[in-house]
Amino acid sequence: MSDDAKTRGLLGWIDARFPFTKLWEDHAAKYYAPKNFNFWYYFGSLAIFVLVLQLLTGIWLTMYYKPSAAQAFASVEYIMRDVHWGWLIRYLHSTGASAFFVVIYLHMFRGLLYGSYRKPRELLWLIGMAIYAILMAEAFFGYLLPWGQMSYWGAQVITSLFGAVPGIGEKLMIWIRGDYTVSDVTLNRFFALHVAAMPLLLVLLVAVHLMALHEVGSNNPDGIDIKRHKDTNGIPLDGIPFHPYYTVKDMVGVVVFLIVFVLVVFYSPTMLGLFLEPENFEPANPLKTPEHIAPVWYFTPFYSILRCVPDKLWGVVALAASIFMLFLLPWLDRGKVRSVRYRGRGFKIALAVFVIAVLILGHLGANPPSPGRNLVARICAVLYFGYFVFLWIYTFFDLEKTKPEPERVTNGSFKWLWEWIQQQRLGKTKPEPERVSPK
Amino acid sequence: MKPEGADLRRRRLLTGAAGVVGGVGVAYAAVPFIGYWQPSVQAEAAAAPVEVDISKLEPGQKIDVDWRGKPIWIFRRTQQELDTLPKLNDLLRDPHSEIITQQPPYCQNLPRSIKPEYGVMVGICTHLGCIPLYQPKPGSVDDEWLGGFFCPCHGSKYDLAGRVYKGVPAPLNLAVPPYWYPSESRIVIGEHQEKGGAS
Repeated sequence: MSDDAKTRGLLGWIDARFPFTKLWEDHAAKYYAPKNFNFWYYFGSLAIFVLVLQLLTGIWLTMYYKPSAAQAFASVEYIMRDVHWGWLIRYLHSTGASAFFVVIYLHMFRGLLYGSYRKPRELLWLIGMAIYAILMAEAFFGYLLPWGQMSYWGAQVITSLFGAVPGIGEKLMIWIRGDYTVSDVTLNRFFALHVAAMPLLLVLLVAVHLMALHEVGSNNPDGIDIKRHKDTNGIPLDGIPFHPYYTVKDMVGVVVFLIVFVLVVFYSPTMLGLFLEPENFEPANPLKTPEHIAPVWYFTPFYSILRCVPDKLWGVVALAASIFMLFLLPWLDRGKVRSVRYRGRGFKIALAVFVIAVLILGHLGANPPSPGRNLVARICAVLYFGYFVFLWIYTFFDLEKTKPEPERVTNGSFKWLWEWIQQQRLGKTKPEPERVSPK
Repeated sequence: MKPEGADLRRRRLLTGAAGVVGGVGVAYAAVPFIGYWQPSVQAEAAAAPVEVDISKLEPGQKIDVDWRGKPIWIFRRTQQELDTLPKLNDLLRDPHSEIITQQPPYCQNLPRSIKPEYGVMVGICTHLGCIPLYQPKPGSVDDEWLGGFFCPCHGSKYDLAGRVYKGVPAPLNLAVPPYWYPSESRIVIGEHQEKGGAS
């Protein structure tokens, strides 16, 4: 902070004791983000918004929820029927869980598109992946809490995965459950993890993620470094202060998100069984498995990979590897450019195939297995892992034909819109005499 | 943030308008979160009036009834006990029950009840919420004691009409809940006779 920016009054008193203004300037008012952020850059701030929404509605739900096998299901029904606005708070939370994954998947896809995981953002990506892993744990623990049929059998199946670990598997599984089957004890510890341990970790890691981001600076749709061109004050020429430019932009994003979100909450909170599965409206019954067990949609791609391997241990290994591969991306991808805009055709095709494979795997994972579906799932699983192998071979052996990157950021595919807005703005402001050009 | 040519008046208006609209939205969004803390429908149902049979209550006896989780005393006073009430007026803070929040209008009388014999009261000390003890025997608390209620927490004293003494921590007379008699021997606690709804 320079001397001319010294604060006075109450703020000055605080700043002498706590870096309030410094934090504000480092992370908002004087954090210079590339000026060419597009649609894909909404999802980071949206993820924080959904996190806050989940924390708030989650805290509210614990006010009536009872974490015991005998009372859990009834207490959720109680919230839905007897607590004032309970239905809304619960549907906000259950829809919020799905919305969280929608936002996070789009946020991660943005990273793949524009090479946001590439040097110097490897650690930023790893922290983000840790957040994703914890978010999956958080969602899994939370899904047991209503103590419905799918809660129960989902937890039964997933905890059984640990039984596949050679040697200690059986003991590990019992240790995780705290009983010989998923029981009241399991529910209680999942509750503790869901409402305290995981949220604390999430909030902490999100803060670390932001610190790492602001240390290295945001990537952008062109994948080039804006710090290469600075003005005399050391401010990137293509950077604009996060506040007010992106705070306002992100607020628009939040408003649009909320419109879609509340439409789902009000009109289709179960999303036809995708967000809240029909079986979960029945209380847990340890003596009767539902005809078809499927995880919630955000886990189904990985569930497909698990299921298409005809071996218990290797299925679990494949499942773990499918997530672990994402952690390795910064070191697998050795391409000369970051952004999809300037990458070779091979990369574009591979990424498209990867996305389609994930979508098909997700669809298959939500449906009962059959020989035909298993075959398709195996092909898609190979394509899934193939993306990472291809990416490494493609870039390590320098097979990629890249396009030249621009020196400065561009306006991307909406250049015409940008130019039109500029024209409108210039047309409305008073032209300064010396700038008027002769016709 | 003051680029040349910026229309600051327009900017202020837009910022203000967006702030107001957003503020209204946040206020509406707060409604469910605040309403959630209200007693649930189940709690409201549990708070319904309770009906009590008092046919077996003898003079000098007291029974406790649960209404909205509060102890409600129903006690039957003897004629001697009722006769002590006017003698105490000088020792009391509010001998004529003038603080209207502490009893329904039909109980704003000397024994603070519908029928003088039967006292109906919320058994919660108006000081800090302890439950006072029923001490009907004269001389049982101190030498001048003519019978009443004594709070063991901080020594507040009430007479047999629930009227608070001067010089004790409790500020108000014991509360009388709304009640009525559907028959000679039954009391409904929690609603007034005329309105028929919980108050």
